[in-house]
Amino acid sequence: MLSNYPVNARFGDYGGRYVPETLVPAIEELERAYDRYKNDTDFRKELRYYLEQYAGRPTPLYFAKNLTEYVGGARIYLKREDLLHGGAHKINNTLGQGLLAKRIGKKRVIAETGAGQHGVATAIAAAVLRLNAEIYMGSKDMKRQRPNLIRMQLLGAAIHPVQSGSRTLKDAINEALRDWITNVQNTYYLIGSAVGPHPYPVIVRDFQSVIGQEIKMQMEQLSNRREHPDAVVACVGGGSNAIGTFYPFVDDSDVSLYGVEAAGKGIKSGKHSATLAAGSHGIIHGMFTYLLQDQFGQVSDTHSISAGLDYPGVGPEHALLKDIKRVNYVNCIDDDAAEAFLLLSRLEGIIPALEPSHAISYAMELAKNMNRNENIVVTLSGRGDKDVDVVQRYLKMKEKKNEKNRKNEKK
Amino acid sequence: MMKRTSLGNNRLNRKFQELSEKNEAALICYVVAGYPNIPTTNEILSSIVKGGADVIEIGIPFSDPIADGPTIQEASYRALLAGVTPEKSLEISKNIRKKYPSLPVVIMTYSNILQRVGFEYFMKKSKECGVDGFILPDMAIEESDKYVMEASELDLATIFLASPNTTPRRLEAILARTSGFVYVVSVYGITGQRRSFEDYSLTAIRNVKQVVGSRMPVAVGFGISSPSHIKPMIRAGADAIIVGSAIVNIIRNLSGNKKKMLQQIEVFVRDLKKACRQNYLLP
Repeated sequence: MLSNYPVNARFGDYGGRYVPETLVPAIEELERAYDRYKNDTDFRKELRYYLEQYAGRPTPLYFAKNLTEYVGGARIYLKREDLLHGGAHKINNTLGQGLLAKRIGKKRVIAETGAGQHGVATAIAAAVLRLNAEIYMGSKDMKRQRPNLIRMQLLGAAIHPVQSGSRTLKDAINEALRDWITNVQNTYYLIGSAVGPHPYPVIVRDFQSVIGQEIKMQMEQLSNRREHPDAVVACVGGGSNAIGTFYPFVDDSDVSLYGVEAAGKGIKSGKHSATLAAGSHGIIHGMFTYLLQDQFGQVSDTHSISAGLDYPGVGPEHALLKDIKRVNYVNCIDDDAAEAFLLLSRLEGIIPALEPSHAISYAMELAKNMNRNENIVVTLSGRGDKDVDVVQRYLKMKEKKNEKNRKNEKK
Repeated sequence: MMKRTSLGNNRLNRKFQELSEKNEAALICYVVAGYPNIPTTNEILSSIVKGGADVIEIGIPFSDPIADGPTIQEASYRALLAGVTPEKSLEISKNIRKKYPSLPVVIMTYSNILQRVGFEYFMKKSKECGVDGFILPDMAIEESDKYVMEASELDLATIFLASPNTTPRRLEAILARTSGFVYVVSVYGITGQRRSFEDYSLTAIRNVKQVVGSRMPVAVGFGISSPSHIKPMIRAGADAIIVGSAIVNIIRNLSGNKKKMLQQIEVFVRDLKKACRQNYLLP
């Protein structure tokens, strides 16, 4: 059964633990702690308490009637992770790992962030659990996701700008790993996606699986019989909301799963983050997985309109699910994601984050070609307040382009 | 006096044997291949050899060097911008092999550089270029079975690292896969020049030495930048001293004046080597 992975720290060939020796004792300590607490009644009770009373679980599974009518195909449901405290699914994981850090006895917590959602969720969890958070964020992302930067600071987290490399998520992870190597004795690394050395991809998946578990239950309630959704769609950067959505369904062969990667300006342009579409086997951030890289093994610069998907690697479980074709990994370009962002805002009064806008866009395509009595669930992993500047700039640029085209046509 | 039981034929073992007979600790010097450019790297290596280095460590630049501090990150970044590739880096080893037939050369890089073209293929190519061994700071022993097997078939050393927090039991597992020498990371941290070391660094060296005994040489690296660092480390049991960022810093600071840079590197290496010769036998 697919849900039995990982076996020996690997999802098929993928995963593993490629880390400097200094980190090994800390990772082993984490693995022991996780094995002990994941089924511990008190731990689970405390986590459930925070998820329900503090973060706002369960989140609704909302039937998007207007969007469904607009598309004219399968019924589209939105899993409203955007309604969680902090505005994204990330808090499912940061509360879980925050409680784990407390049990291990480490009060200093470090994290990386791309879009800033994981940084905000870490800062929130640290504040409520009385931990000290320090967040690494690429300086390029600090500019494009400024609202989240300010939120993290207000929540009491220290921000470390990362100037190296492409100054995005990948480099923030590098810098967090370097901090961890240096301060391993008193520091917990709270990784935000289903990536990194074993057991992180498992820990993040397990804490995020609440998304898929709720979808399953809610679908059954909505249909008044044991009915699965026909298709489930989520966006994939590192892949945490996607694996949390998919995992409870991986052994249900009647459910089609779709992971939507960011194709940026198009796969052929080279300016994208579609690792599973265009990557090759590689080792990054402690794991063996698919990786966007050149012929010599140097990691490529990636591009996406959404900072949260702008990552050259992908969680190792997705690599396995791609190879065995359990999940269909597809992609969506910047333009289409921005269109879906605008459409959902106007049709449903929901401003989605740019990351799940990729999933919305693909789900609309999918719905068109499905029957009206079929159901699609899309995980709306976060809300779009952080993206209003980016989208505004995008619209201005597009307007300029259109004007230019009009002028050229007149000539 | 160190006694070693199983001596292979490769250059590393012969070099350590030779030095132990002379009661000297080995000096291992690191450069980033192609920083500031390939011809200058070749000249820098000549100065390092003239200064008295016993082993050369060539860093093949990688885009995401998680075990390296700002100095080597920056040098690697510049080298990559200038178009340095793994192949061009191996040419540097080939060059050394021609000029200094018995000088051991080890490659330090990250696992993905080998993974990209296949570990076996990359190691074969390296062997052809006169490389004697590999240091892969992100290669944990759990992932290393195939790498160690293929390297040993080619008589290439697999140099693993031990850290101040490595338990004696884990150290045994590391040693079982290590050949050439074991690399003790002197600090909790990444590479980069340090002013001083805390007591735990010496304790770490002593602890490793106690477990290793005379099975293989113990080399110490990360942060060493002055002859004064070296003596206490040798007294604590180090058989070899690895210096990297301090040399890269000289290259960076004097990149506008190559003659002076080469001179200063030679003088610096000579001072380091001098410290490796003294006190080696003192308890």
